[in-house]
Amino acid sequence: MTTVPLEAPTRRTAGAGLRGVATADVDRHDRLALMRTGELGSVHSWELVTAVDGPGTRMTLFVSGCPLRCAYCHNPDTMAMKDGDPVLASEILDRVRRYLPVFRATGGGLTLSGGEILMQPAFAGRLLHGAKEMGVHTALDTSGYLGANATDAMLADTDLVLLDVKSGDPETYRAVTGRELAPTLTFGRRLAETTDCEVWIRFVLVPGLTDDQRNVERVAAYAASLNRRRAGTVTRVEVLPFHQMGRDKWASLGMEYSLEDTEPPTPEAVEAVREQFRAQGLTTY
Amino acid sequence: MTSVPEAPSTGTTTGADDAHVPAWAGFEPGAWRDRIDVRDFIQRNYAPYEGDGAFLAGPTSRTTGVWDTLSAMFPEEREKGVHDVDPTTPAGITAHAPGYIDKDAEVIVGLQTDAPLKRAIMPNGGWRMVENALETYGYEVDPVLKEFYTHERKTHNQGVFDVYPANVRAARSSHIITGLPDAYGRGRIIGDYRRVALYGVDALIAAKKADRALIDMEPFSEANLRDREENSEQIRALGELVQMAESYGFDVRRPAENGREAVQWLYFAYLGAVKEQNGAAMSLGRTSTFLDIYLQRDIAAGRLTESEAQEIIDDFVIKLRIVRFLRTPEYDALFSGDPTWVTETIGGMGEDGRPLVTRTSFRYLQTLYNLGPAPEPNMTVFWSAALPQGFKDFCAKVSIDTSAVQYESDDEIRAAWGDDAAIACCVSPMAVGKQMQFFGARVNLAKTLLYAINGGRDEVTGKQVSPAVPPVDGDVLDYDDVRARFDKTMDWLAETYVEALNCIHWSHDKYAYERLEMALHDREVLRTMACGIAGLSVAVDSLSAIRYATVRVVRDERGLVTDYVTEGDFPTYGNDDDRADDIAVELVESFMAKIRTHPMYRDAVPTQSVLTITSNVVYGKATGNTPDGRRAGEPFSPGANPMNGRDTHGMLASALSVAKLPYAAAQDGISLTNTIVPSGLGRTDDERVRNLAGLLDASVGGDGYHMNVNVLNRETLEDAMEHPENYPQLTIRVSGYAVNFVRLTREQQLDVLARTFHGAL
Repeated sequence: MTTVPLEAPTRRTAGAGLRGVATADVDRHDRLALMRTGELGSVHSWELVTAVDGPGTRMTLFVSGCPLRCAYCHNPDTMAMKDGDPVLASEILDRVRRYLPVFRATGGGLTLSGGEILMQPAFAGRLLHGAKEMGVHTALDTSGYLGANATDAMLADTDLVLLDVKSGDPETYRAVTGRELAPTLTFGRRLAETTDCEVWIRFVLVPGLTDDQRNVERVAAYAASLNRRRAGTVTRVEVLPFHQMGRDKWASLGMEYSLEDTEPPTPEAVEAVREQFRAQGLTTY
Repeated sequence: MTSVPEAPSTGTTTGADDAHVPAWAGFEPGAWRDRIDVRDFIQRNYAPYEGDGAFLAGPTSRTTGVWDTLSAMFPEEREKGVHDVDPTTPAGITAHAPGYIDKDAEVIVGLQTDAPLKRAIMPNGGWRMVENALETYGYEVDPVLKEFYTHERKTHNQGVFDVYPANVRAARSSHIITGLPDAYGRGRIIGDYRRVALYGVDALIAAKKADRALIDMEPFSEANLRDREENSEQIRALGELVQMAESYGFDVRRPAENGREAVQWLYFAYLGAVKEQNGAAMSLGRTSTFLDIYLQRDIAAGRLTESEAQEIIDDFVIKLRIVRFLRTPEYDALFSGDPTWVTETIGGMGEDGRPLVTRTSFRYLQTLYNLGPAPEPNMTVFWSAALPQGFKDFCAKVSIDTSAVQYESDDEIRAAWGDDAAIACCVSPMAVGKQMQFFGARVNLAKTLLYAINGGRDEVTGKQVSPAVPPVDGDVLDYDDVRARFDKTMDWLAETYVEALNCIHWSHDKYAYERLEMALHDREVLRTMACGIAGLSVAVDSLSAIRYATVRVVRDERGLVTDYVTEGDFPTYGNDDDRADDIAVELVESFMAKIRTHPMYRDAVPTQSVLTITSNVVYGKATGNTPDGRRAGEPFSPGANPMNGRDTHGMLASALSVAKLPYAAAQDGISLTNTIVPSGLGRTDDERVRNLAGLLDASVGGDGYHMNVNVLNRETLEDAMEHPENYPQLTIRVSGYAVNFVRLTREQQLDVLARTFHGAL
């Protein structure tokens, strides 16, 4: 494992805090046992958000821990699983239950994000299943790098996957994340071929890092290929312009940030990249 | 809720059939023809509209011309503070000659004075306010008037101070009870202006005379004599209304005969009120669905086109936009941006389950496109999940495009006050023509907590204000100890506050009675004593800090606690976290319970609001450091809002915290203002509309009472501060009303920018 910093969700900073959610008072041994069964998770924060993590107004749960070390990570504080708070799945599901009317009124649901949610697959599976039992729309926000951790049962409980394809070119992917691209691609194909999940592809446009035209083209081609495997798999692509809102977090965590001087892409550049996706017949924002 | 008094006490109309009242041709008959009962008329005659906004018409060139004429006058007004003042004519219904913007082009006529934007003096509220305002804007004070209003004719302001006890004066000057309407008109009374259109003034006078016959039959009491005197004043005001309309060439003694007349008659009635009363809020009521009946009758008969109907409404709204009062800089600091709260209530559901949405509900909102965004009239939609989707979507779209709409829970208001209620000011509901309120401004709950800690001494001046008790001892605040002290101080506060309000409204009834507005009410009205609290979030977070973290006190050389050192984490109000939110609920309920123990002037029913308007800045300025970490002088959050930046779990989580405040303990309304960035609502226009409508459904469905919705980027506001000339119509909702952003003081602009922008990256 490389020593480069960290993690996944790209488009916005994680929530701030766990207000209203009780943290579990368990010792380390019990904690590990409960995490294995998915009864307990390492959680960073929750938030009720609109229009960013799937349709409608959603409860987004940010968990702690990520295998990637994305150079542009906006939430470096969600990188280490040990930094999260121990929270029982039942506690989260109680809150989901409270928001049932909200989800009904807005066409929203539960989104599991991170960190990398598939680092805690048992916890994720329990939450997805619990939400589904209540009739709640569910979304997984993931890099797909740990897609192998997602069981078929878990994906059967998932309505939407927000799949971050951080790069189309394996070398660039490694440069961005410190990891391999292949698992993400494999996971996406599996979603298209063996599940009914809807997929939104997300791509973060970072000048000088991911904005090579050929790199973008490969992501676009890949997204389009999923629709050939199963028509209607990818219903939306979101091109997210890099921004510097995570910079202070890197500094406060005492971590080295390689994009200190990187400027956000121009609106024209973002639009040009969106056009590349649209040219593949993809609905793109 | 009051019921309609039985006939004949609310009057009769004569010749009640179409043949004799041509104005009513084609209307479904009913009880409304035998007594003053506008609601019955509406219910029998209106046609709900369940479609979308596709039918709406844009502005005519005439409308645009009139609006452009006015728009050219606004920059100078903004610059100077006023466009013009008539410093020598005390206001009254008939005091000024007719005035016009562009006589030949106006479809609906009538101005407060003889020229647009010229303000009148209204000395009955208080002379000092008039004099200060005139001096501020460089007008000479007429010595004869001064002599008259300081020696010959007692004003409301003088009356109040003749009866204030010492404890009220002390509480007032220490800013723990502030914004009291003791130097200006109390406002927040809505005349049922629709009555003039439906019945004509002759029938209204006849009904008032019938009332009088009943009043005269009652045995002697002081209250009975007051009723007689008020009845006489009301009839006199109605007579003056006839004269005023005549001066514009209209005969309002008879009912309105068509849509244009209905709007004109209704407007004259409202105009009469704002010619005479400089009330803190001069709200319009709930008029769109009433007027729709007339406009649709004309359209069905081929007498009116959609464009002409829209033109009438546009011209009416132009008039409502230029209602002006002469106020002092101190008043403006409290209620910034020159608001008049011409609040119009739109939409909602009827008790029979039919939506009260009509095409004219859409037409009112359409004025925000045809004339551009504006803070007035204060467009207020009664929101219910049951509203037609086409209307919901249109409202959401208008909010996204203009930030000029506020929403109140139709379900809460209908359950409490019926389906013909309207909002006065920001969030205060009342059954139109059947209910009025005694406006009570608000008390500073955060400062009260500091008094509790300091044994009743003011944390800024050191003066003993509330009764002396030993201050807290020790270095660390103990929750139970502080809570018990706070409770005692709130007892004192409630008593002092109600005493102040009783003095004020006794005097206002006597010296600045709203004779025309009350002439457009039933004989028997329900009166509420509308108390209010400010600084709720600061008090809640402070108590939460004391309870869940460690709060050490810092004393100054006077032995006063003037600062706090807080260690550890504590839950804050606004995150749907019961630990903090329960404290908020408890404070609201407990203060209401304390208010209820005191006798009220005129047997008013006590209510309470959690509302600050823009005074959160001023209240904050007068309040020292608080245990939640807020620094001395920093603004409070507005209304019932969580403290700026402490609601970190999303807009809806914040709204759901506020929604826990029980309406039963805050029947004068609970104000929540939210700002969301456009991208926080979705990627496409359709998605934004759908998501905002969903958020409103979720908030109201979660027992939320009110939501001001701003859809704005921070950058837009920052740019508007730098280049106000580019944003003459930038409208932003602050706390129960909207303002032109560029008319706020710089301090208030910064306060708005400091608030939470939901959905920001």
